[in-house]
Amino acid sequence: MSQHEITFTVNGESQSATVAARLTLVDFLRDALRLTGTHAGCEHGVCGACSVLLDGVPVRSCLTLAVQADGSEIVTVEGLAPEPGTLGILQDSFWETHALQCGFCTSGMLIASHALLAANASPTEDEIREAIGGNLCRCTGYKQIVDAIALAAERLRGSNLPAKEAADDER
Amino acid sequence: MSAEPNSAFRYISRKRRTKEDHRFLAGNGRYVADIALPRMLHVALVASPYPAAHILSIDASAALALPGVKAVVTGDELASGTDALASGLDIPKVRRYPLAVGTARYVGEWVAAVVAESRALAEDAAELVEVEYEPLPSVSDPEAALDPSSPPVHADHGSNLLYRRKFVWGPVDEDFAAAEHRIEFRARWNRNATVPIETFGVVASWDPTAQLLDVWASIQMPKFPDQLAKALRLPGNGVRVHFDVDVGGSYGVKRGIKHSVLAGYLARRLGRPVRLIEDRLENMRGGDAHGPDRIFDMAVAFDSSGIIRSLRIRALDDVGAHAGRAPFQLGKPIGAIVGPYRIASVEYEAISVTTNKTPQEAVRGFGQSPTNFALESAVDRVARHLGIDRIELRRRNLIRHDEFPYTIPSGSTYDSGDYHAVLDKALAAGGYEDLVRRRDAAREAGKIAGVGIACCLEPSGGNSAFEPLFNPKNETTTWMDSCSIKVDLYGGIVAMMGTSSSGQGHETLVSTVVGEVLGRDPETIRVVHSDSLSALPSNSPVGSRMAIMLGGAAAGAAKKLKATITAIGAHRLGVAPEAAEYRDGDVMLASDPGRRLTFDQIVEIAHRKFHELPPGLEPGLQSAHVMEVPTGGTLPTADGRVQMYPCYAFEAHVVYLEIDRITGKVAIGRYAVGHDCGTMINPDIVHGMTYGGIAHGIGAALYERFAYDGEGQLLSGSFMDYLIPSSHEVPDITIADHCTPSPLTSFGQKGSGEAGYLGAPAAIAGAVNDALAPLGLSLTELPMTPGVLGDLIAGAG
Repeated sequence: MSQHEITFTVNGESQSATVAARLTLVDFLRDALRLTGTHAGCEHGVCGACSVLLDGVPVRSCLTLAVQADGSEIVTVEGLAPEPGTLGILQDSFWETHALQCGFCTSGMLIASHALLAANASPTEDEIREAIGGNLCRCTGYKQIVDAIALAAERLRGSNLPAKEAADDER
Repeated sequence: MSAEPNSAFRYISRKRRTKEDHRFLAGNGRYVADIALPRMLHVALVASPYPAAHILSIDASAALALPGVKAVVTGDELASGTDALASGLDIPKVRRYPLAVGTARYVGEWVAAVVAESRALAEDAAELVEVEYEPLPSVSDPEAALDPSSPPVHADHGSNLLYRRKFVWGPVDEDFAAAEHRIEFRARWNRNATVPIETFGVVASWDPTAQLLDVWASIQMPKFPDQLAKALRLPGNGVRVHFDVDVGGSYGVKRGIKHSVLAGYLARRLGRPVRLIEDRLENMRGGDAHGPDRIFDMAVAFDSSGIIRSLRIRALDDVGAHAGRAPFQLGKPIGAIVGPYRIASVEYEAISVTTNKTPQEAVRGFGQSPTNFALESAVDRVARHLGIDRIELRRRNLIRHDEFPYTIPSGSTYDSGDYHAVLDKALAAGGYEDLVRRRDAAREAGKIAGVGIACCLEPSGGNSAFEPLFNPKNETTTWMDSCSIKVDLYGGIVAMMGTSSSGQGHETLVSTVVGEVLGRDPETIRVVHSDSLSALPSNSPVGSRMAIMLGGAAAGAAKKLKATITAIGAHRLGVAPEAAEYRDGDVMLASDPGRRLTFDQIVEIAHRKFHELPPGLEPGLQSAHVMEVPTGGTLPTADGRVQMYPCYAFEAHVVYLEIDRITGKVAIGRYAVGHDCGTMINPDIVHGMTYGGIAHGIGAALYERFAYDGEGQLLSGSFMDYLIPSSHEVPDITIADHCTPSPLTSFGQKGSGEAGYLGAPAAIAGAVNDALAPLGLSLTELPMTPGVLGDLIAGAG
């Protein structure tokens, strides 16, 4: 099994590691870096629980090899809050509407909706549903998640920051 | 759409943020896969490719030769070192072990476990294990399995029949003979399950000096620590199950007893911690977590006025290759076998068979949702037969508000309800008249459109009365739950519960209830999940029971604590407790509120000043309550009448949908539900579970199926084939709340964990049939997938 040197940024911190070619990004994040907020749900790219931002774009970390992340910037759920013990506006909106139950799909939902709000300050309900359409949730029926994202968009608009900046500011 | 919060409460029924959400949103949950112990080993599994086969030999030499591989364990070894897993029925020759012993009985059954330094290595090695099989005849259809000539899945048992009993409650023959009309039909509920996004996982660690097995598992199972210890031949206090593991969804199925026995055995044998986390394929075909697979043969007797007089139900259920608790899922619906209707007599034949398919496990509602689907299909058919409006027909048969408590023929008494009012609320919330106009306009435009209605009950409070009903050797009449509370030296309140949670918000429940009773802010109350050695007896969150049972236990413990605080304060004030008043933790003279002791002063007396305590009181400030299920404590009668569950929540669904004529895909245009689960402890949690239950019901009705081919091969072992509804398939949903308090519970609450799921499949099936009716078509088989509907519509030309 070939080994590879990789260097990338995770939640703003530079990381270097030697990884096996077949190691997935989700296993690397969880097992090597102990960032366990990212969850492996189906491990075949359907459920979206393992979503992380790779250079600002949501990707399935179960279908991404760790070596593919070389040179890139990764953000996981742990990187969404401004500082430990606090929550960003999007996360706080999820809490306000109770947009989760067991919490297992939640990090993927946050990643998908974070990317949406960075690109679209005023998403319609259809646009919200489209943005989380690749993330499966078994608990909520999506209603309170859609409500949370709409609430977050409204609150971010009210924060007097350009949407992209406000969403980025969350981390 | 919400009812006004009940003004009798300060915290209960109010909009309040949950205790749990914060940690999950920060990525700080602690799921089983997040637990990493030093020197931990990993398991991968070798699975049977055959539905039935003798295992002739297992050659693990190549696997064991890989560096880092620690062991390959077979069923023969496991069967010599452990006892068979518990079975609900009295069927001693249907034996089940975590690994196949001698015979593999379904595709995907675990035949050998490979243990290695990493999961990847274990998977590599699993591919090198060579198993020699001798394929055997198999059976995968439940009707065929019922035929005595079918190959028995368990040869020692001699047939595939596990359970068969015909219950007759009331004068069924007479009622059928006297009725003006009779119809018969078959309804088919195919195999699906809750399929949580987190697969099952377990970590086990053996301490040889303490002789103690520590277990962390994504578990939702009553009596799990006891059954684990028994199978591993350990004393009950030789197993410590840690209930502070966050469970990534369950909705019934996270039982994992075979996984946990296997991991526990391996941890002891190898002297190192062992982790077994299912991958998705192991979960879907080998995790033993499929749901009911049921054929209903229904006969209904009714009058021209639409009054339903009697029912005959034959329910044939296919549990797959092992029994476990699955046959009991035919028993639980007996507690609501007539649904919300005044039906005077019922015949119910429950038949449970084995086939060479993945075993069945408890699924949300424990057999109630399939039964509700069959009942509501019957009601719709009666309406169609008579040409009476479906809603009017339901109104004529629904139990009236003034008839509660109401005892149904099978012996259960419904506690309370206002079904007509909730149905009206649902119709108003859904805009029923508009939906009918919209449907008619859509039909005018050439579309296939329908409106569906379903009314149903959610029995709640789970007292497991189906156990003694189906197995006379089992005399279970209690299914307790418990809570203890302690107040520390500085007044901090800690409440302890004795099970794990899988998203139901139990920390919020307990803190809200304890805060309500004690008049203390729930934000300041910490709730912990004890482990199985320190916990009082509890039965896990099954059967929609925790609002009733954990809420009741927490209220009971808090009331005892309140009485103790009052006694201490009164003693210090020099008056009898009756002359003192408790207010938010302080105790004062009822006649002179200026004379008072503060909560902090009372806490200090309890912890430090024994000389100021009333005589006979223990020092410290703590309490505990173990709660018996309301109405529990009695065995079934000889003719099979039993009070199944104590409380009965009601829901009425209204759905509008259109079916694409070419693709057969259903688009749901409107969904509303009226819901009455008594007092809601936390409305956001109740609403969330109801939305989620409806989403799950949409899956069961339209998409989800563990399909098998004629050879017993599973065709839907991944999320590419087993389709879970996404935000595109689940529409916006409107809930109309109603509150008829239960007279049996601490705050009038009923269960709600199965809400939505219990009626959604019936409502959607009703809407599909309403849509198909103008084409002269009908369908009483779930799921109604695009393929099925497309073919049906195409066939009608």
